[in-house]
Amino acid sequence: MDRAAPIRSGPRSFLRRLTDGDQIAHFITLIFAASILLITTMLVYQLWTGSTDARHKFGWHFFFTTTWDPVAGDFGALPFIYGTLVTSALALLIAVPLGLGAAIFLAELAPRSISDALAFLIDLLAAVPSVIYGLLGIFIVVPMMRLYIAPFLKATLGFLPLFQGPCYGVGMLTAGIVLAVMVVPFIVSVSREVLLSVPADQREAAMGLGATRWEATWKVVVPFARTGIFGSVFLALARALGETMAVTMVIGNDPKIAASLFAPGYSIAAVIANEFSEATGNLYVHSLVELGLVLFLLTFILNGVARLLIVATEQKGMSQA
Amino acid sequence: MSFRTAWRKSVNIMMLSLTGACALVTVSVLIFILGYLAWNGASAVNWDFFTKLPKPVGDTGGGMANAIVGSAKLLLIASLIGMPIGIMAAVYLAEFGGKTFSFIVRYTTDLLNGVPSIVIGIFAYAVVVIPMKHFSTLAGGFALGIMMIPIAVRSTEEFLRAVPRNLREGAMALGASKWKTIATVIVPAALQGILTGLLLDVARVAGETAPLLFTAFSNRFWSPGWNQPIASLPVMIFTYAISPYDDWHRQAWAAGLVLLGLVLVINIVSRFVMARRAAFLRG
Amino acid sequence: MNKRFALAAALVSLIAAGALFAENTVLINAAGATFPYPIYSKWFDVYHTKFPNIQINYASVGSGAGISQLLNGTVDFGASDGPMTDEQLAQAKIKVLHFPTVLGADVPTYNVPGVSTDLNFTQKALAGIYLGTITKWNDAEIANANKGVNLPSSDVVVVHRSDGSGTTYIWTDFLSKVSPDWASKVGKKTSVNWPVGLGGKGNEGVSGLVKQTPGSIGYVELVYAIQNHMSYGKVQNADGKFVKADLAGVTAAAAGAAKSMPDDFRVSITNAPGATAYPISSFTWLLIPSQISDTAKRDAIKGFLNWMLEDGQGYNEALAYAKLPKPVIAKEEKAIGLIH
Repeated sequence: MDRAAPIRSGPRSFLRRLTDGDQIAHFITLIFAASILLITTMLVYQLWTGSTDARHKFGWHFFFTTTWDPVAGDFGALPFIYGTLVTSALALLIAVPLGLGAAIFLAELAPRSISDALAFLIDLLAAVPSVIYGLLGIFIVVPMMRLYIAPFLKATLGFLPLFQGPCYGVGMLTAGIVLAVMVVPFIVSVSREVLLSVPADQREAAMGLGATRWEATWKVVVPFARTGIFGSVFLALARALGETMAVTMVIGNDPKIAASLFAPGYSIAAVIANEFSEATGNLYVHSLVELGLVLFLLTFILNGVARLLIVATEQKGMSQA
Repeated sequence: MSFRTAWRKSVNIMMLSLTGACALVTVSVLIFILGYLAWNGASAVNWDFFTKLPKPVGDTGGGMANAIVGSAKLLLIASLIGMPIGIMAAVYLAEFGGKTFSFIVRYTTDLLNGVPSIVIGIFAYAVVVIPMKHFSTLAGGFALGIMMIPIAVRSTEEFLRAVPRNLREGAMALGASKWKTIATVIVPAALQGILTGLLLDVARVAGETAPLLFTAFSNRFWSPGWNQPIASLPVMIFTYAISPYDDWHRQAWAAGLVLLGLVLVINIVSRFVMARRAAFLRG
Repeated sequence: MNKRFALAAALVSLIAAGALFAENTVLINAAGATFPYPIYSKWFDVYHTKFPNIQINYASVGSGAGISQLLNGTVDFGASDGPMTDEQLAQAKIKVLHFPTVLGADVPTYNVPGVSTDLNFTQKALAGIYLGTITKWNDAEIANANKGVNLPSSDVVVVHRSDGSGTTYIWTDFLSKVSPDWASKVGKKTSVNWPVGLGGKGNEGVSGLVKQTPGSIGYVELVYAIQNHMSYGKVQNADGKFVKADLAGVTAAAAGAAKSMPDDFRVSITNAPGATAYPISSFTWLLIPSQISDTAKRDAIKGFLNWMLEDGQGYNEALAYAKLPKPVIAKEEKAIGLIH
C-alpha cells in the first residue's frame, strides 16, 4: 500500500495513524485497559464520598482506635486491620506450599490425563460458594480445631504466645485454614498451567546435565515460571483479603486484638458484611465504608511490598545466572 | 555411588513424594466437600428442584428453577462485561503496553481483585441500582462482571507472555503486522491457558453472594427480561442455609451441588468446543 | 449457513421470550427483616395463589437494609424488627407508616455440662452475664434462682450475634430496660459494642456455637428454637415470675401494650407487665409509604394488608409466630385508610 508521507503533529496525524491496523489495535486495547482504571477510580471515589462523615470525625485516629461502638458512635479500624492481615498471612502460609506442591506434582509427575482430570476437579473448588465453605467450616473445622488441632498445638508449641489461651473452635487460625482451602485452587490451577507451558528443552537441558527430577524442577522449571506463580499468589492474596462470608462464620467476630491464634478476631470484609445491611445513621454507614477504603489502602501497600520482593528476588536470580 | 549422589537421590524421592502428598491433600479436600454436599443435599435434588419455583417452608414440592436460570443469566451478563475487558486489556499489557502505564494498569487490576465482594455490591448499588430506582439482572451482572476482570486480565496476560518467541518471530518474518500476529498466532497459541483462566473466573463469580444482595436482589418468581430483580443460586443458598428449617437446609445443600454442576457443565462444554476446534484445525 | 441462521433465530427468540411480561401482572418488591421471613413468604405465596396476577417479592436482607432501601426508593415497602427512629423517619421523602404483623421473642439457649433441666434466669443474671460481670455458672445470681440444680464452676462463654439484626435489637432493648449499667455502657441497637463474647452469624451461627461450646449461652429467636428443638431457659418478667417463652406468653406481653398503643404503632413491649407475659417479646413491622402513586400497586398492598390482618393471622401459629391482639388489629385496619 502506498502511504503518503506522515503528517508529524496535530489531530490529523493521529487520525491518519489510525488507518494502520496495528495502531487501531493498540488504541482499542488501550481503551479497554484504561477502562479498568476508570472503574477502579469510580470505586475509590464512591468509597471516598461515602465515608465523609467518618473521615471528618475521626481523622487519622481511625487507624489506631480499637473501639467499635455503634451505639456511642465511636469507631476504629485497628482490630479489623489486624484480623485481616493475620488471617490472610495464615491462609498464604498454608496455601502456597500446599498449592505449589500440588501444582508441581500435577505438572511434572502425573500422567497428562490424570493431571488434567485432577486439575479440572480442583478448579471446581473455586466455584463452591463461600457460604458453603462457611458452613463446612462451622460443622467440620471448628470442632476439629477445638478437639484435636488446638490441644496438639498447645502440647507441642504451647510455649509460644501464639498458641496459648482458651480455644473455642472459632478464631483466627480456623479462619486462616478455611481461607487457605478457598485460595488453594487459584494457586494450583494457574501454577500448573504456567509450569506446563515451560518449554520442554529447559527440563531436558537440566536433566541432560545430570540433575535429578526434583533438581530440574525446583532449580530450573519453577524459576522459569516464577512470574506466573507469583501471579497466582497475588490472586490468592487478593481473594483472602476480600473474603467475606466464610470468614465471618468462623472467625468469632470479636473486634479485639490478641496474641493467640486461637482467639476470636474480626476482619474488615467480615464486619462490613455483618453490619452494612443493618447499619442506619450516617456516621455508622460512613465508618463501614471507610473500612472499605482502609482495605483498599491495605491492598495497595501489600501489593507494593510483594512487588518489591519480586524485584529483589529477580535481581538475585540475575546475578546468579 | 558417592554420598552426595545418594543424598541428592533421596532428596529427589522425598520432595517428589511430598508434592504428591500435597496433590493428594488438595484433591481429598475437594472430594470431601463434594461428598458432604451430596450426602446432605442429594435427597433434595429431584425433578421438582429443577422445574418448580420456591415454596414457603413446610410446603413440599418447591424447587429452585428460577434461581438456576437466574444464575445462568447473571453469569452470561458478567462474562459479556468481564471477559472482553479482561482479554483486551491483557493483550494491551502483553503486546503493546508502555512500561509505566502497564505497571499502573497491572497494579490497579490487583487492587480491584482485593476489593471485598460486598464493597463491589455496594458500588454497583450506588452506580446502577439507585439511578435506575430498582434492582435488576443487569446490575447483578455488572457487579459480577467487575469481579471477573482482574482474574481474566492476569491469567490471559500470563499465557500470552508464555507463547514462545519463535512463534512471534516466525509470523513477523512472514510479513504479518502486529495485530495480525496477535489475532492469528499468539492468541490461538495461548488459547488453552486463557480458557482455563476464564473458566476459573466464571467458577469464582458463580458462587458469589454478597454482590448480588444489593444488585440482583432476589425473586420468588420468574424474572422477565433483564431489568427486574432475579433469583440466583448463591443468594438462595445463603437465605436457606441460615434459616431454622431442615427442609430448607437440605435445599441449600442441593443448590450448592447444582451450582457446582452448572459450573461443571460450562467447563465441559467449553473444553469440548475447544477440542473440536483443535481437531478441526489439525485437519 | 442454515445452521447458523437457525441458531441465531433461536437465540433471538430466547432473548425476546425473556423479555415478555404479562400485561396486568403487578410486581411488588419488598425487603427487610429476616426474623419474619418464613411467615411472610407463606403469606405472599398464599396471596399469590388467591390473586395470581399479584406478585409480592420479598428479600430478607435485614431490617436496616430494608429501611435504607425503602428510603432510597428501590423497594415498594420495607420490613423491620425494630421501629424506625425519628431521625430515619425524617429522612423519608414520603411519610412512612408502621404496620405490626406478627409477634416474636428471643430466648436464652445454653449448653451447660451436667444440666438438662430448664434454667431460670433473673433479669440481673442475664444483664450480668452479657456485661461480663458474672463469669461462672455457679455464681450466686444464677444459683439462687435454680436451687437444686448442680451448676458447675466453669466459665460462662457468652455468644451473641455478629451481624446486625432485629433479634439483637430486641435483646438489647430488654437488657437496657432491666439494667441501668447496660443502658449506659452498651445501649440498644441492631448492632452494639458487646463487652464480652463470641459473635455468630445469624441464628444458625449462634446456635451452632452454643451447641459446640460447653459452658456457653446465647440468644436466638423463639421460632428458631422451636423449629430446631433447642432447649432454652425461663426468664424472669417484670412481675417477678419465671416464664418459659411460648406463643401465649408473647401474646400476653402484647396485650398489655395494646391498651396504650401509639397511633404510629411504634412501641416496645419488652419487660411488659403481666404475670404470664414473656419479657423479651416484640412486634415486627411492615413499613409502608403513605403515598403510593401506582394505583395497581397501592390497591394490591392495601388488599394484602387487609387480608394479612384477618385471614393471614391464621397461619401464624403453625409457624410458631404469635398472633396480633384483636385491639391492635382493629387499630391497624383503620390505619390502612391512611394509604393514598
